[in-house]
This record gives sequence, C-alpha cells and structure tokens, in this order.
Amino acid sequence: MTALAARRRHPLAAAAIVLLGLLVTGVAYAAVTPGRAQATTASADDVAAGKKLFLANCSTCHGLNAEGRNEFPSLIGVGAAAVDFQVGTGRMPLQATGPQAPKVVNKFSEEEVKQLAAYVASLGPGPAVPSAEDVDASKGDVSKGSLIFRTNCAMCHNFNGKGGALTQGKYAPNLEGVTPTHVYEAMVTGPQSMPVFNDSTITPQEKRDIIAYLQAVETDTPPGGVSLGAIGPVSEGLVAWAVGLSLLVGCAVWLGAKAS
Amino acid sequence: MSIDQSHGHPGSDVATTSEGGLPERFENPGLEPHRHRMADVDPKAAKRAERQVAALFGLSTLGTILFVVAYYAVSIEGDSWAEIARQLRISTTLLGIGLALATFGVGAGAVHWAKTLMPDEERIELRHPMRGTDEDRDAALDILREGSAEAGIGRRPLIRNSLLGALVPLTVGPAIVLLRDTGPLPGNDLSTTFWKQGLALVHDPITDPEGLGRKIKPEDLTIGSVVHVLPEGIQAEEVEHPLDEIAKAAVLLIRLNPDDLDEVSRAGAYEGIVAYSKICTHMGCPVALYEQQTHHLLCPCHQSTFDLKQNCKVIFGPAKRPLPQLAITVDDAGYLVAKSPFTEAAGPSFWERG
Repeated sequence: MTALAARRRHPLAAAAIVLLGLLVTGVAYAAVTPGRAQATTASADDVAAGKKLFLANCSTCHGLNAEGRNEFPSLIGVGAAAVDFQVGTGRMPLQATGPQAPKVVNKFSEEEVKQLAAYVASLGPGPAVPSAEDVDASKGDVSKGSLIFRTNCAMCHNFNGKGGALTQGKYAPNLEGVTPTHVYEAMVTGPQSMPVFNDSTITPQEKRDIIAYLQAVETDTPPGGVSLGAIGPVSEGLVAWAVGLSLLVGCAVWLGAKAS
Repeated sequence: MSIDQSHGHPGSDVATTSEGGLPERFENPGLEPHRHRMADVDPKAAKRAERQVAALFGLSTLGTILFVVAYYAVSIEGDSWAEIARQLRISTTLLGIGLALATFGVGAGAVHWAKTLMPDEERIELRHPMRGTDEDRDAALDILREGSAEAGIGRRPLIRNSLLGALVPLTVGPAIVLLRDTGPLPGNDLSTTFWKQGLALVHDPITDPEGLGRKIKPEDLTIGSVVHVLPEGIQAEEVEHPLDEIAKAAVLLIRLNPDDLDEVSRAGAYEGIVAYSKICTHMGCPVALYEQQTHHLLCPCHQSTFDLKQNCKVIFGPAKRPLPQLAITVDDAGYLVAKSPFTEAAGPSFWERG
C-alpha cells in the first residue's frame, strides 16, 4: 500500500487510473448486457458446406444466389434465425404449394441446418439464432409474459397459444410443443403471415417472458377443470349445448312421463 | 263426480251432421278409464318403488356429506400457483359433484315418489262462475255513489283541483327527473377520440414497468412490424374514463414497404409506417390479425377483412366502412406523433354519424 501511495503522483498515474476505470466499466457493461452475438460461430467450412446444401435443396425456388424471384422471397439479409426456424420446423424446403407451409418433420440434421444458416447469414446481416440464455424460460416473468402475449399474440394464436384461423386457408399455428428457440426466431423474423416483433417492439426480456408464459400454459394444470382443447367458446359451447341441453331435455321428458 | 253429471244435460251432445260431413258437435268422450300402476296393484312393486325413493334420498345425503368433507379436507393452499391450481381443480370438482348429487337426489326422489306411490286418480273440479249476482253489483255501486256524495268531491271544486294539482306533479315530476339520470346524452363522444395533433404514439402501458408507455421512433419498426399503440397520457389520473378512451383510441401501427401503399394512405404515413384505428367499423372488435405477406387485416369476430394497400378498404365481411387512418409524423425529438386527430369517427357506425 505504501509503495502504491508513494507513486500516486507519478506522471502516468492519472492515465493508469483512467485506463483502470475504462476497463472496469467495460467489463461490468459486458457482464450486464445480454449477449447479442452469434450463438454459434460459423466457420468458413460451414458456409461452404451450407452453400452446397443450399444449391441442392433451396436454389430451385430461391435462385442460385438466394436472390429470389416472383413469389419466392430473396434470402439475402433474412439471417440465420429465419433459416433455423424455416428448416428446423420442416416448413422449408416447401413440400407442396398451398395457402401456407405446414410444420412437418425436419429432414436435415442439426449440423446441416447450422451450415445452411451459416451460408444464408453470410449473404447479408440479419437476426442470429438466439443464445440459450435468450430463450431461458426460468429468466422470464410468467404473468408479465401473459400480458404481452395477450396484447401482441393472442389475436391470432389464441389466449393459450392454441392457434387460430386466418383468411383463405391460412392459419396461426398451435404453439404447443414448439421449442423456445423457434418461438423466439418466429418473433424476430416474422415467418409467412406473421408480423415481425423485433427487439425494439418486444424487448429480449419480454420475449423471454412470453416463452415463460407459453411453457407455463403447457405444463400448468388448468384450474377450471377439463380444458376441452382450450380453444375457447367453440368447444365449450358445443359441450354445453350438446351435453348440457340433452340432460335437461332428458329430465323434462322423465318429469312428463307417466309411471308404468 | 262423473263427467256426464258435470255438464248437467246428458244426451244434449249428440252429434248432428253438418254440411261438411263432420258432426257439428262432438260428444264428450269423458275420461279414459283409470289405469293402475304396478305399485298400485302389486305390493312388491310398491315396496321396490319405496326403496328406490329412499335410495335417491340417501344419494342426496351422501352428496351433502361429500360436499362438506371435500370443503374441509381438500386444501386450496400451496407453495406455487401450479400447485394451488391443481388443488383448486380437485376441490371444485368434488364440491360440484357433491352439490349436484345432493340437489338432484332430493329432486329426483321427490318426483319418483309422487309418480309411483302418491295417488294418481284423475279428478275434475269445475270452475265457478266469475260474475257476481245482480244484487251484489248494485249494492257495490250504491256504496261508491254514497261515498262520493258524502265526500262532496263534486260540490267542492277547490279540493278536487288542488288534489289534481298534487297528484299530477307527483307522478310526472319524478318520472322526468329519474329518466334524466340515465343520461347524459353522448354528445359527440362517439365521433371524437383521445387523439390530438402532436400527441405521441406509445406502447400499451399495461406491459410497461413504469406504466407510462414507451414512445416509438420510426427506426424501432422494421418492415412487417406491428405495434399496438395508444395516445400518450391516456391512462393519466385526470382522464375520467380511461377504459372508454382506450376502447376508442386503440391504434395499430404497421410498417410496410412504402411502394405497397396507395396515394391516399401514403399521405398519412411516415416512411411506410401507417397507423389505423384498431376498432372494427362493424361491431367494434379489435382488428389485430395482420397478415404480413398479403397486408390484410382480419377482424376475428365476423371475418371483416381490410386491405392495408388500399387505405384499409373492406374486401370481405360485414363491415361497411374502411378503418379510419391516423395521420402520423415525427416530432423534433424523432418520436412518432399524430399529425391530426382521426378525421372521421373510429369504431362501429352509429345513427348520427356525420
């Protein structure tokens, strides 16, 4: 301590203090800011392998350089998140034309999806695949998530995320069993009919809240008893009218019948 | 009492054939012969019915016991909401089953008892004539006339008139005052909203930690972004009916490629960002199902579809008017603000809508 005190008037002391201050601030800032970097670092090999996969599986529609044509969108700037979502959920490569690409079993390995994503991400900057921390439901607030979900998502996906109909055969899919990563990616990329919810309109913390809410809806016991698919008044009304009314009519018939 | 006696003129109901070939009057066929029930003739069946009624009453007792036991035995407390929900579900189910058995058992037992064991011989009771005798009617009239003459209401017009002066205001006056309380008339409330020129567009405060609502910059929105926005300050304390105001002023902010917009909507847009009333012009549901690729807005209630590319023209469904556009611009600090209030009424149509 005395050695340090003796040197406190050294010409370089002020510079050292400033440097130390900057270092501490920088480290502290990096520690509290959530990681926005690529979740997986893509190597040049990944990009090359991804290009091969792209040419074989995607270029028929999206073009040899992913430039798109006619109704097939350009993939330049859609980012790794879009690829991970579309290919990871089996929606792409498109299996048949129709109002909407359905969720099917993904035919690609995890590694291949990563390579494809790396190639598309190399074409232009776009949203990256979220890190494990970004989609950690335990860091989310369920009740806040439910508010955000009801304000922004429930109109299409239903209050419980069970999905619902849109126009002309399109639909908002059921969110049950969708991985948190895919939920996150859908929000930032806006696949198909879905709007984009970037980090300014729904902050990363709010996205985590939504993921936590969706998990809670899936795992928690509904206090109201049998949920009847949790799709709202349609199934509940059907049961109330068909079962409830039949019972009442049955009672009325019994009341009016004469004993034998 | 037999049916023939009741009519007093046996034989007068003999059918006489009219022109149509149908008898003019039908003979009263009287009651069907009484059919005895099993329990009336067979003591064993009666005993069985008795046991059934007792069993239904017993079921009711069990239901009540189940209800009371479930009320005390199933705790609805827990460490987590999930656990509480689980307990609540068990508790509600048992309480419901118990109460259902208890009430249904009593009712069904009583009905079964009445139907099988209580006497069921048909009986006829005739109606009495409604009209009083002429003497009674005259006597009543005399009393009224006498009373009126004794009160002297015809001789003393001052009393009669002042009584009328008391009774007419008593009935009409309160009616007017009370009906007035159902007001006030809506005035121009239906035509106006909270939006004013220069008012900032903010995120819905409900999801905001400070409860104020974040302001929005144009660069916050990417193409395809949708934000549910409200006017700044709509939840301030001095706003008298904030929920009414939100119900009229909710707006959907959407960014699309400026080339996709037509001339009219581009005039109220800011760099491809458009703001439209979120309240359906049909029945006032929130129109919030935005399809990013077709730029259609769908109302979930009756499937009215609005085309953003054509200034929210109705392209399907029962709505009759396009969603009104809120013209927007940016203020000096770069935040999105309203350029002017809505130029027409937001929400469903109403009679006096100009």
